[in-house]
Amino acid sequence: MKSFIVQAVKRILVGPPLYYAWMTLLLIFVAIGIGSYIQQLKVGLIATGMTSYVSWGFYLGNFTFLVGVAAAAVLLIIPAYLYDFGPIKDIVIVGEILAVSALLMCMMFVTADLGRPDRIWHLIPGIGILNLPSSLLSWDIVVLNGYLFLNLLIPGYIIYKAYNEKPVNYNFLLPFILLSIPWAVSIHTVTAFIYNGLAARPFWNASILAPRFLASAFCSGPALIILLFQIVRHYTKFHVKDEALHKIAEMIAVAMAINLFLLGAEFFKELYSDTHHLSPLKYLYAGMDGKGRLVPWIWTAFTFNVIAFFIFLIPFTRKRFLTLNLGCVLIIIGIWIEKGMGLIIPGFIPAPLGEVWEYAPTTLEILVTLGIWSLGLLILTINLKIVLPIETGEFTKHTASNGALASGRA
Amino acid sequence: MRHKKSSESGSSPGNRPPTDLENSSIKKTNSELLDRRTFMAGAASVLGMFAVSSCSWQEFIQNNFQRMTKEEIEQTVERLRKEYKEKYGKDFVVGTEGPLEATLFGYALDIQRCIGCRKCVYACVEENNQSRDPQIQYIRVLRFKDGDMDLEHSTIYYDPEEVPEDGYYYMPVQCQHCANAPCTKVCPVRATWTERDGIVVVDYNWCIGCRYCMAACPYMGRWFNFAEPVIPAESINTVTHYLGNRPRMKNVVEKCTFCIQRVRVGKYPACVEVCPVGARKFGNLLDPDSEISKIIRNKRVFRLKSELNTQPKFYYFFAT
Repeated sequence: MKSFIVQAVKRILVGPPLYYAWMTLLLIFVAIGIGSYIQQLKVGLIATGMTSYVSWGFYLGNFTFLVGVAAAAVLLIIPAYLYDFGPIKDIVIVGEILAVSALLMCMMFVTADLGRPDRIWHLIPGIGILNLPSSLLSWDIVVLNGYLFLNLLIPGYIIYKAYNEKPVNYNFLLPFILLSIPWAVSIHTVTAFIYNGLAARPFWNASILAPRFLASAFCSGPALIILLFQIVRHYTKFHVKDEALHKIAEMIAVAMAINLFLLGAEFFKELYSDTHHLSPLKYLYAGMDGKGRLVPWIWTAFTFNVIAFFIFLIPFTRKRFLTLNLGCVLIIIGIWIEKGMGLIIPGFIPAPLGEVWEYAPTTLEILVTLGIWSLGLLILTINLKIVLPIETGEFTKHTASNGALASGRA
Repeated sequence: MRHKKSSESGSSPGNRPPTDLENSSIKKTNSELLDRRTFMAGAASVLGMFAVSSCSWQEFIQNNFQRMTKEEIEQTVERLRKEYKEKYGKDFVVGTEGPLEATLFGYALDIQRCIGCRKCVYACVEENNQSRDPQIQYIRVLRFKDGDMDLEHSTIYYDPEEVPEDGYYYMPVQCQHCANAPCTKVCPVRATWTERDGIVVVDYNWCIGCRYCMAACPYMGRWFNFAEPVIPAESINTVTHYLGNRPRMKNVVEKCTFCIQRVRVGKYPACVEVCPVGARKFGNLLDPDSEISKIIRNKRVFRLKSELNTQPKFYYFFAT
């Protein structure tokens, strides 16, 4: 164990110049983020753009997007473990590690949004009170932590075996793998239900919300995974087959088709019935009372999503990395807008008594957000730096005991 | 409180308050200081959380009001009175009176009589110690054009020489104290609940500041202290209730409590008392002879957004 830790730390500290540059950049953003967060704690949430009208903002927007990223690991787990699709089975572990980082970012975003983080212990059952079964936020805490546990256990066990150069006992692992599939669906469903259950907010109080959440999550998460795999195989000895990437891209095409279809269904219902429930959608896509800060953003998202859909639909563009990567970037930005600000803010506009009060994040909010993203990427990088060499067999019990040899090659 | 004060008077150039750890390191050499800077950032973030967001150790470990024993409540009240005395230089009453027997409070507002003067808004602010900076007001008086009751067409921004204005009518809205309250249901830590006498209250010391209840409320009945509330000592109301108008802290939710500190000792809410035209009625819904019960029985009443099945105990009515 001791030699493992020593070796792991060495592996984190040693790398090419580009690695140092990347880590330094992340650390700078983390430091700025922490400084900004301390300022927020000091003066209160008035440091953010949130008001009693728009009481949730940028933090929860990013939280919602990242829950989707975490849930999307299931799109690798299903073909890998259930259909035994070789090319994806080889790489599923990276998806699970991405899920862990995304979950940690989710928790950081919710904490950043809390007015009283010093009272977070109130959520611990027993010494505190977790309001089950009635609060969906309490349910979300349960499912997110459960999913985090599963995504630490499954890859943790596989890596432990690989490190000790022993075969993996899939009979032990199978129940957890099977459980993680509905659990992945549950984290995004429960997150959708947080908003969905509020009759006061007609924009969220539509049954289509949870299905749309899942559809869009299965676009953005896998798009991130495709980019991540290419980076990983470029910089490490970890092998990722093109076949696996193209299979993921196919799934994105289906998910995006469903997402756009559901958006169309939402549009039809609101536009045709033309009730006051149309107001938030009107504010989002066209502006209201001369106020429409989100209009350019949401049309950007819409355009990006539609272009990306065609890129992923047509085999010619899907199978060329130039267009494939362009599609991934468009989808990530598109869904980040749509499931972030595009989902949270219109829920509050117009306010329940009819006022139109807009929201924009402050510089401090953006800096804290950058800090959390950087910390998440830092965790992801460190995890990959240890896990990938174990997976490729470069870093095992055997190599660790010959410490000098191993670090020489790293 | 001491922590807070020292951090404010500190001359630290950065955003974070100076900590004891940091002060002691000033004597060290410059190079040592630089080496320690990164560590300090981390240490300061942990210590900073205590220094800036909590006042005392007792406050930090304080239990949910509903779970406190009698002694714990007494100790807490004593601590709070000391704290308030230090802050405002006055002796406070922090009441903990429980719900009255056979009582369910209800409210009725006569839309025909209301003249939109907003006297209730300001009486409420004074009685209930709402922050003056930033401003919080529990009551919002909506102005509608005659012939229209569409909330999206209403406004709270009207400023004529004299009220009422021709061609308009007014509808004040505050917490509706719903029997099927969406706000208490969503709270992840049960920091807000409905008392036996029907008053929806918040334990300001248990609220974690997630603002889920604000998203859930269809009436804008809940307000958040986005900054440390500021109330001039000369205008503070020292007669308070633990679940009502005692001074609040930053980053917690607050709301109308039907003036719990008044109604539980047999007085009317401040807004009822101040209304110059008698448009506001308050009383016990369980007593068939109370004014409120008679109004509900005999007048044309409605409840705001009744289609949401929130079942408010706040009725609007037409007296004639």
